[in-house]
Amino acid sequence: MSEMNDVALEANQLVKRFGGLIAVSEVSLSVRAGEIHAVIGPNGAGKSTLVNLLSGDLSATSGSIRVAGRDVTALNPQKRALAGLGRSYQKTTIFANSTVFENVRLAAQAHGGRALRMMGSVADHADINARAHAALDQVGLSHRAPLKACLMSHGEQRQLEIAMVLATDPRIILLDEPLAGMGQAEAVRMIALIRSLKRGRAVLLVEHDMDAVFALADQLTVMADGGVIGSGAPADVRANAAVRKAYLGAHGDETVDAA
Amino acid sequence: MKASSQSWIVAIALAVAIALPLVAPTYYVQFASKALLMGLLAVALNLVVGFGGMVSLCHAALFGLAGYSLAFLTPEGEGASIWLSLPAAVLVSSFAALVIGALSLRTKGIYFIMVTLAFGEMLFYLLHDTKIGGGSDGLYIYLKPEFGFGGAALDLERASTFYFVVLVCLVLGVALVSMLVRSPFGHALVAARDNERRARSLGFPVYRIRLTAFVISGALAGVAGYFSAAQFGFVAPQLLGWHLSATVLVMVVLGGMTSVLGPLAGALAIIGLEEVLKSNFEYWKLIYGLIVMAMVFVLPGGLQQLASMVLGAKPASEDDAVERDMTAPHDDAATDRLRPELLRSEAKAHV
Amino acid sequence: MSAITFAVQLLNGVQYGLVLFLVASGLTLVFGILGVINLAHGAFYMLGAYFAWWIAAYTGSFLMALIGGVALSFMLGLLLENVFVRRLYGRDHLAQVLLSFGLILVVDELRQILFGKDVYSVKPPPWLEGSIQLTDNLSYPVYRLALCLFCLVLAALIFYVIQRTKLGMIIRAGAENRDMTRALGIPFDSVNRYVFAGGIALAALGGILVSPISTVYPGMGDGMLILSFVVVVLGGIGSVAGAAIGALLIGLTDTFGKVFFPQVSSILIYVLMAGVLLWRPNGILGKREA
Repeated sequence: MSEMNDVALEANQLVKRFGGLIAVSEVSLSVRAGEIHAVIGPNGAGKSTLVNLLSGDLSATSGSIRVAGRDVTALNPQKRALAGLGRSYQKTTIFANSTVFENVRLAAQAHGGRALRMMGSVADHADINARAHAALDQVGLSHRAPLKACLMSHGEQRQLEIAMVLATDPRIILLDEPLAGMGQAEAVRMIALIRSLKRGRAVLLVEHDMDAVFALADQLTVMADGGVIGSGAPADVRANAAVRKAYLGAHGDETVDAA
Repeated sequence: MKASSQSWIVAIALAVAIALPLVAPTYYVQFASKALLMGLLAVALNLVVGFGGMVSLCHAALFGLAGYSLAFLTPEGEGASIWLSLPAAVLVSSFAALVIGALSLRTKGIYFIMVTLAFGEMLFYLLHDTKIGGGSDGLYIYLKPEFGFGGAALDLERASTFYFVVLVCLVLGVALVSMLVRSPFGHALVAARDNERRARSLGFPVYRIRLTAFVISGALAGVAGYFSAAQFGFVAPQLLGWHLSATVLVMVVLGGMTSVLGPLAGALAIIGLEEVLKSNFEYWKLIYGLIVMAMVFVLPGGLQQLASMVLGAKPASEDDAVERDMTAPHDDAATDRLRPELLRSEAKAHV
Repeated sequence: MSAITFAVQLLNGVQYGLVLFLVASGLTLVFGILGVINLAHGAFYMLGAYFAWWIAAYTGSFLMALIGGVALSFMLGLLLENVFVRRLYGRDHLAQVLLSFGLILVVDELRQILFGKDVYSVKPPPWLEGSIQLTDNLSYPVYRLALCLFCLVLAALIFYVIQRTKLGMIIRAGAENRDMTRALGIPFDSVNRYVFAGGIALAALGGILVSPISTVYPGMGDGMLILSFVVVVLGGIGSVAGAAIGALLIGLTDTFGKVFFPQVSSILIYVLMAGVLLWRPNGILGKREA
């Protein structure tokens, strides 16, 4: 019973069709609070589509999605966000012409209860500003607060995205390839940051960098051609013959063994 | 511009505006009232266009509807009570904005422009082709609204009194828009303009935010339309036509969309330009049209850009910012650029 | 309403819809392929009609007016694309709105200078004058029938070009996904130029074709612009088939609206548009959002 209650995010038999093409085929998975659940698979396996289905950016053809036991399948992205689902995008999606602090403050504002107050300046809302500062602190970007977001490095922009997600105080965080395009040093910092996210939250991580995945994941789901071909603890998945054959291929073995 | 020098300019402009009726002949006072009302309309439109990123071509219709409301509410032989007719007129404009906005905001980009234009023209044809508002002849408002409170009354028939009432409305309108822009609501509105997808995923109800801004803007347009109709004593369907909407857009862009007061400056400049051209050239619209076309290419940042070019005081990076704001693809294009994965999946689907 | 008056009204509606289709297809192609919103489309419809009147007045030939008017408009389109419009690809729609608004003022005033503001009429070619007697007191003008046929042939031609030719393939690909087509290395400059000029020519052609049945007057472009917009909103941006459906819907709604609901006929098409927006915000054949 208590195990059931731990499940923060649950997808049941999700299907997404684009015309004749099945991008996601009967995918089921669940993510518990305090756990990082990684979704891996070759390009075109449907991982990003899955994240978009979970966040509501795409609507599912069939299947259901539950957040903390509540069915959110019919909700649009902003309602899912208010239900506790935060996400980052594969390609950095920030307010490029606003400052770093303004970006995070907007995120904090959206979940402040008085998100759309028409009176008073945003600068005067102490709780919003405090939460924004806290989120910036957590990702280590406080020193960048007054800078225009588009002037930061790619890695810092990705950190900013995570700060924005944190400022919305989510129960579940969806990360779509957070390490894409990062240098070595930036990636190391980001991995540490992601690890810190799971405290009290459920994290679903889509990532190509196998080193990072095996360093971070508590649970793994492997996708190929839209469907799930294996899931479980990383060690079990690594041993799974079907996964090795379908996904890891000839040179993939080395990567996994090395990890 | 630094904040302090900007507030100095505003203070001086306000002082000049207050002193104007004391020194200028009646004709100029009336002309100034007209210009200020256009300024209020432009400030209202900019809430939607500049801060909301929604290019509306129906604001003339909202403006004109309020004017028609005054005409309907003015009894024969006396002026309408401003306490009744002004709220009623603003309510009519707001309601029209609510209906048009609710439908139009289901669309984006080019669609939004076309749909607002079409609904605006619908109201034009409604008044033009039916007998509701006197058809194409329009309606006369023989007496200006009566502005009484307690035992006293303001005589709006006096040009200078009318002017001061308009000035107060403008100041209140500017104050309202300034407050909104600084508020959490205003920041959410701008966020939805800059990156709709991100705004949604943060949990902002983008549609509701935009519709609210659209209705507030429509209400302010209604205030401007009400006093315009009162000033001219006449309403005709042309008041609702989209050429006026487009002209106000020109004012907004010329004045600069990034500030609350910019459009007011744009309105004064355009009204002044029109007056000068009209009195000097037979084919003034040709020159006017060419100026508008030239503005798109030469002065995309509007008067703000011109000022910084002339003064040469601003650092180059700020000039760039003005241009970037103007040339940045709006809303739909921007979201598309940020949606590679969606594009890719769509492309797959089409194979 | 007798069957024969119904048939006449139906024919009127279809004929109106067909002309609307020509004008709106030009608009939708410019939207869909160039991503440019052209508010001056109606102004070129008006200008086409004035060109026709002017050429017909000199040559006495409607055929010359037709060919000359279309050719003049096409060249004007090429010129405008080259000088102004090409600078607006990729700029925001607001800049396009302002440029085309300025263009309207210029075109309108030039029309005033060149042709004055009088209302003119144009005679159809002599072999299309007269009417077909339907019943004792009901006849139908031959020109209107010929107009229907001509528009149908043109519509077929437009569909053929878009569905079957290489140019059409590029156009379809462009309307589908502009960035992708750009990446394929297609000669965009020339395609853009001809698409824009073609769009202008279609608007002018519409104006020329209706000049013998309506009058030529300064404000004729404004109404047409709005109607074309409604057609494009109904059909979906960039979709020529959608424009055909939208145009016929509007033509029939307007014609029968005037017969059955004369009081509110002028707003019926907007009610139709509102309905479609509620049902499918991207138009009947518009791209659905994923």
